[in-house]
Amino acid sequence: MARHVSTRRRWFVTVIAWAIGLLMFFPILWTFITSFKTEGEAVASPPSFLFFQWTLENYVEVQRRSDYFRHFSNSVFISFGSTLIGLVIAVPAAWAMAFQPGKHTKDLLMWMLSTKMMPAVGVLVPIYLIFRDLGLLDSRVGLTVILTLIDLPIIIWMLYTYFKEIPVDILEAARMDGAGLWNEILYVLTPMAVPGIASTLLLNIILAWNEAFWTLNLSAAKAAPLTTFIASYSSPEGLFYAKLSAASTMAIAPILILGWFSQKQLVRGLTFGAVK
Amino acid sequence: MGSITLQRVNKAFGDLTVIPAIDLEIADGEFAVFVGPSGCGKSTLLRLIAGLEDVTSGAILIDGKDTTALPPARRGLSMVFQSYALYPHMSVRANIAFPLKMARLPAAEIEAKVQAAARTLNLTDYLDRKPRQLSGGQRQRVAIGRAIVRQPEAFLFDEPLSNLDAALRVQMRLEISELHQALGTTMIYVTHDQVEAMTMADKIVVLNRGNIEQVGSPLDLYRRPDNLFVAGFIGSPKMNFITGPVAAGLDCHTLGVRPEHIAVSTGGGLWTGTVGVAEHLGSDTYLHIHTENLGTLTVRAGGEIMLGHGDTVGLTPDMANLHKFDDKGRAIR
Amino acid sequence: MATQNSRTAARLMVAPSVILLFIWMIVPLGLTIYFSFLRYNLLMPGTEQWAGLLNYQFFLTDPAFLTALVNTVMIVVGVLAITIVGGVLLALLLDQPVIGQGIVRLLVIAPFFVMPTVTALVWKNMFMNPVNGLLAWLQTSMGFTPHDWLAVTPLAAIIVIVAWQWLPFATLILLTALQSLDEEQKEAAEMDGAGPVSRFFYLVLPHLSRAITVVILIETIFLLSVFAEILVTTNGGPGNDSTNIAYLVYAQALLQFDVGGASAGGVVAVILANIVALFLLRAIGKTLEA
Repeated sequence: MARHVSTRRRWFVTVIAWAIGLLMFFPILWTFITSFKTEGEAVASPPSFLFFQWTLENYVEVQRRSDYFRHFSNSVFISFGSTLIGLVIAVPAAWAMAFQPGKHTKDLLMWMLSTKMMPAVGVLVPIYLIFRDLGLLDSRVGLTVILTLIDLPIIIWMLYTYFKEIPVDILEAARMDGAGLWNEILYVLTPMAVPGIASTLLLNIILAWNEAFWTLNLSAAKAAPLTTFIASYSSPEGLFYAKLSAASTMAIAPILILGWFSQKQLVRGLTFGAVK
Repeated sequence: MGSITLQRVNKAFGDLTVIPAIDLEIADGEFAVFVGPSGCGKSTLLRLIAGLEDVTSGAILIDGKDTTALPPARRGLSMVFQSYALYPHMSVRANIAFPLKMARLPAAEIEAKVQAAARTLNLTDYLDRKPRQLSGGQRQRVAIGRAIVRQPEAFLFDEPLSNLDAALRVQMRLEISELHQALGTTMIYVTHDQVEAMTMADKIVVLNRGNIEQVGSPLDLYRRPDNLFVAGFIGSPKMNFITGPVAAGLDCHTLGVRPEHIAVSTGGGLWTGTVGVAEHLGSDTYLHIHTENLGTLTVRAGGEIMLGHGDTVGLTPDMANLHKFDDKGRAIR
Repeated sequence: MATQNSRTAARLMVAPSVILLFIWMIVPLGLTIYFSFLRYNLLMPGTEQWAGLLNYQFFLTDPAFLTALVNTVMIVVGVLAITIVGGVLLALLLDQPVIGQGIVRLLVIAPFFVMPTVTALVWKNMFMNPVNGLLAWLQTSMGFTPHDWLAVTPLAAIIVIVAWQWLPFATLILLTALQSLDEEQKEAAEMDGAGPVSRFFYLVLPHLSRAITVVILIETIFLLSVFAEILVTTNGGPGNDSTNIAYLVYAQALLQFDVGGASAGGVVAVILANIVALFLLRAIGKTLEA
């Protein structure tokens, strides 16, 4: 399949592609660089790109002033919690639908997806009131529950498309080889399903980490994850670009790395298997 | 040991009957081939015997015992799948050992049996590889290895060679036949390829739309097909069918003549025609001859024959090897 | 394979998901519809009373609603236009043999992983700020007067910010689809004498049409309810210049505490989203058949 491409054209395309790639990435890079500047340098004109006094002071300051790690742990709790609970509920469901499909399985899948289409504002008011009455406002448990519910259809769908790819032949071979249900699950199914489950886990942690409607509306201080914490920087007091950058860098770095690892699964997950 | 008996076995998916009540007897040590066009129910029948599908009614006896209600794992059968169905996450060694591990054999015994199977199948050098690192033929051997280690009552093969290229297919066909002779175990082999059926089987079961059309040895079916379907399906190139006045003159509705039972001459002959296409295979020549009132006939002639497009030829059928069929397609004997 | 036993087990396995999603769908939505017919303000508890269609009348005749509706459509259309056109071009570019392709890919998709509040704040302050922003500095150094994005063209600013987030998504999906195009088809077209332009229009674009449809539909679902980006940058202002339906409902509910009015708005948003969802589900349903 290797087609001959002239060296000149190859270099030309490479230069353009890198230029656009760097342009797209620039806001993130700029945030990263700014996080090591002093506040004065952060707004200096002309801006300095690399040649300035690099400092870690902002990171220390963000943690000292606003207890960054509490918000970080909230984000971890909520995103991991909702994804894990979602998986526990979704794995059996996706499993049953992939391997014991009935007449209505497709309709059921479509219906589950349709719940995802409901705009959040449509139910903001009652959820807010229910949370207020149950004392769940600004609680990690409350946010975890909500994110579990909004993630569930995507989790089921992703798992379903992965499970669908396990050939039934192989399960039947295990049965012919004398494996009972338990051995079939333990030795054959699980090893083949784990990569799909892991991808689903990864993508949903990313989605939950970045969710910024319910977290903004249902948390304020105590349970605030990073989305809400960062939003508190929207009303500036004095010079704050460097500290904003430091907080932002810490908020996006872990998920950016996870995201880069999961980019292959991303397409399938986000298009509900429509594009692979 | 491994006889298999089907008694009034019937399978329906909802209202759709795939297999109407079938009776069939496969003796211990026999190599039985289920053959038929795709969708004829041959794979379903195999899966019923394997226990991968429930029968709707009827009974399946293995070695005289009723196994109709037993799960696949407890029927003592091994199966080789069309896709090979190797466990992708296990090494070749672990794949072959899997049935033994399920049978809870001691590790040393498992290892010995795996080694023995690997030697038989020339897989010794590949035991630590994963299936995806093997060629098609090697995967096929692993699948067979996984089937033989357990010393089952019978082997089931579901179109095992259809994913291989032609040369490899011929070789594996031979290896499976040799394996059968070496083990002496009952084998049931499903294929749509009548050449595989003819070359491998002790007993061929021809299936069409879920029905058994005929059961018999390869040469039985070749010499004495019960009906038009079997006559047309067994034998290559296909039997010529002639209808109309020529058939009526011989007191039948359809007259069947195999290509190898028509003699070609450059002059004279009972019928005449012109050569359309001549396929020279070296050992044989297949002539496709257009005739005035018999349609196009295929004739098998010697490899050295020098006939080509447009030549006029005379044709003489071998009167001792004519097949006559009535208007329902049944053989008249 | 399916026996009566396994079918019962399958139902039990699906049940928790179905029940949870059913409750999640029915209860809040039912309450929203119920509230939408009430006069209900959180500042005046205990004064709830039946209002009939009054909330809808107020919400739909409020000039803010029309502005928000137009803004919502502008955001959806604007972002879609940028991301689809940009996504196709970028996908075509990244499908070429590029040195260090993997890294370029990572750079291009990175914005998608940045949480919306960070995206919004970074753009608002470090790029679009008329005094200290990088864009202002660029303009000044080229001799122009800096443009105050968020005050003068708030909607365009939000479209730019949101498009930056979604362009990677479109690119990634279109690139995946592009890479599934059969190489032999391209070669066949070349043999048939099709140049690069006609190959794009007669071969590549039709092949991408399905992926483009999917991108349009999925983005639309998310873009209809852009929220964090507005909350953090403009708060819907100045005036209502950058308020969309989602933000309007939020403001009605949690800033003015008008539960009835907000609920009516919520119902309107649900109806709008359902129209889009209908098309999306049909497109995805087709892939289930395949």
